[in-house]
Amino acid sequence: MNARETIFGRIREALSRPAQKPGGHDHASPPPGEARTAADCLPFGGADAAEQLTLFTQNAKELSADFRVVETPEALHAQLAELAQREGWKRVASHAGELTEAACAALSLPVTRTDGDGGYDVGELEACDAGITACEALVAQTGSVLVTSRSCGGRALSVLPPHHVVLARRNQLVPDLTAAFALLETRYAPSYPSMISFISGPSRTGDIERILVLGAHGPKKLTIFCL
Amino acid sequence: MSTTPTAALFKARATTITKDLRHRAVIRGALQKYGVVRDAKKDRFRDWQGARAAASEIKWQAINHLDAHLAQFAEKLEARGGVVHWARDGAEARQIILGIVRAKNAHAIVKSKVMTGEEIHINEALEEAGFDVVESDLGEYICQLRHEAPYHFVFPAMHLTRGEISALFTEKLGTAPTDNPEELTMIARRVLRDKYIRADIGISGANFAIAETGMISITENEGNARLTCALPKTHIALLGIEKVLPKLSDLALFLPMLGTVGCGQLLTGYNTMYGGPKQPGEADGPEEFHVVLLDNRRTALLASPEQRDALQCIRCGGCLNVCPIYKNVGGHTYGATYQGPIGSVITPHLRGLQEWKHLVFCSSLCGACTEACPVKIDLHHHLLQSRRDAITEKPVWWEKLAFQAVGVVFNNAWLFSLGMKLGRIGQLFHPLIKNTPLDPARAWTRARELPKVAPQTFREWWNQRK
Repeated sequence: MNARETIFGRIREALSRPAQKPGGHDHASPPPGEARTAADCLPFGGADAAEQLTLFTQNAKELSADFRVVETPEALHAQLAELAQREGWKRVASHAGELTEAACAALSLPVTRTDGDGGYDVGELEACDAGITACEALVAQTGSVLVTSRSCGGRALSVLPPHHVVLARRNQLVPDLTAAFALLETRYAPSYPSMISFISGPSRTGDIERILVLGAHGPKKLTIFCL
Repeated sequence: MSTTPTAALFKARATTITKDLRHRAVIRGALQKYGVVRDAKKDRFRDWQGARAAASEIKWQAINHLDAHLAQFAEKLEARGGVVHWARDGAEARQIILGIVRAKNAHAIVKSKVMTGEEIHINEALEEAGFDVVESDLGEYICQLRHEAPYHFVFPAMHLTRGEISALFTEKLGTAPTDNPEELTMIARRVLRDKYIRADIGISGANFAIAETGMISITENEGNARLTCALPKTHIALLGIEKVLPKLSDLALFLPMLGTVGCGQLLTGYNTMYGGPKQPGEADGPEEFHVVLLDNRRTALLASPEQRDALQCIRCGGCLNVCPIYKNVGGHTYGATYQGPIGSVITPHLRGLQEWKHLVFCSSLCGACTEACPVKIDLHHHLLQSRRDAITEKPVWWEKLAFQAVGVVFNNAWLFSLGMKLGRIGQLFHPLIKNTPLDPARAWTRARELPKVAPQTFREWWNQRK
């Protein structure tokens, strides 16, 4: 018998016997009959677009992300240029997309594209000062940016350069994780992208004395523009 | 209780470390900060107890239909070009991983955190076979440089101060000493960046396996797992068979619960789902994606009629963080891959009850763990059940005799009152032998005072009153 068959045999053998359900010894259990759906138990995601925007702004700030609502593409490009100048960007990395291409063109800096035909050079991407990507959604409940390998320039672009810049549209804001997974399902099921990632703030660690340090292995800065 | 070498080692380590005031201060400091942020995030939930009940129900259903979920997970993942391997035990998992690494002619391996890897000692196996393996999670990297096991399965280097980490980096990496946590983090970032770019193989764990879509989900803060799964040409994920969740949307509940109880964050920095290698039309990602599903006696726990729910564990570490025993004896004392209450529950199942039964006795049964558990595992009750099982399986003759004697005395009023009288007389002489080898209560009196027998019993007082 091969390993797979052995393991399945062991599982079926084990499951043929009944077992005691947990929770009987926990006095914090809610009274029976008050069962709510999981989504109703989770943190609030905002009832309308305005509330969601307020919530996202608060959560992003708490996560040390720089969240900016901009009214026009020109304003976005101006703020991006100002950011590039302040941090002295020499080269940025990006991918195909309406917002990203327009922003890169306006920046007039050399651009490394990760989604070109022949792939890209990892060393070159690592040397870029910023990675500029689109996103699938912004999640108000958690202040997270949802990216996937299919629409955001692959796996490494949003995590290798030291500054991750996200370009989003106002209508990409969703209330909560439940809505985000529903959106992914509508958009992609059953052929999902090979990577789906919820990014909540810049890369961080608390491994030294539980003191928060930003910029562990991924970006030290996360800037989110919402058009 | 008869003492095995493992138990003796546990006792020796515990005796030393409970006296270490520096250790206590470090652990208390770290866990206090954690407690504050965890509670703040719990308050964001509209119904924390309801969320626990829902999470527990989903996990309970998942492990009670484990065969169906695993079959679906494997089928979906294989359809997307992933390779699924099955390992009955640690040795088989090591052989599978070594086989892949050899077939790829790999030289450098980068690992993101994988506790299942600690369980099967994969680093030792890879290093013995001549491969260069580097841990990329900061805490794990520190532990690797120190050649020691993680102190906590979520916070591996929680027991170290910045000074100790600085000294370690100076010794091993030749960097200048600093007491700034940010500078220390940047040193590790610089050293490890290069390793990612040169690595041929990335090894990761997984927090969840999604049956519906054939994906694994990884929760992390640093971005090291993101890089491990993006840059090397081959990705190997090692996980226990109990990690399954039925649906992708179940993560909407589990990701915030794991983040909240695990680290006091509503969501950790990166929560990422991977379904197979690089797909057509994608910019990057590994060419090969292997998932190794490990049994290693998890099916024995599944067969336990009383403790099956221990397989619901999502390894958040919440029970460790509230455990008075863990806070006093520390993570290394356990000598097991999984520390704290959940470790004390599952280790005897995974590695043998008689050798590890001291862990189930090492609990105050206060129940803080059960209350903290986001999937409502009856942790402290399982410790009690395992105590019963350990004794039933292998009775200790003198304990049995002692309890029989107590039974006789307690059932006989005349004997009981005689015992009280003798006790009152006996305790007058106790100070002469207290805490010497002659003292029958030495195990207790070494560190504590023996309670005094009251000068008068209730019965005596009642009779006198008339």
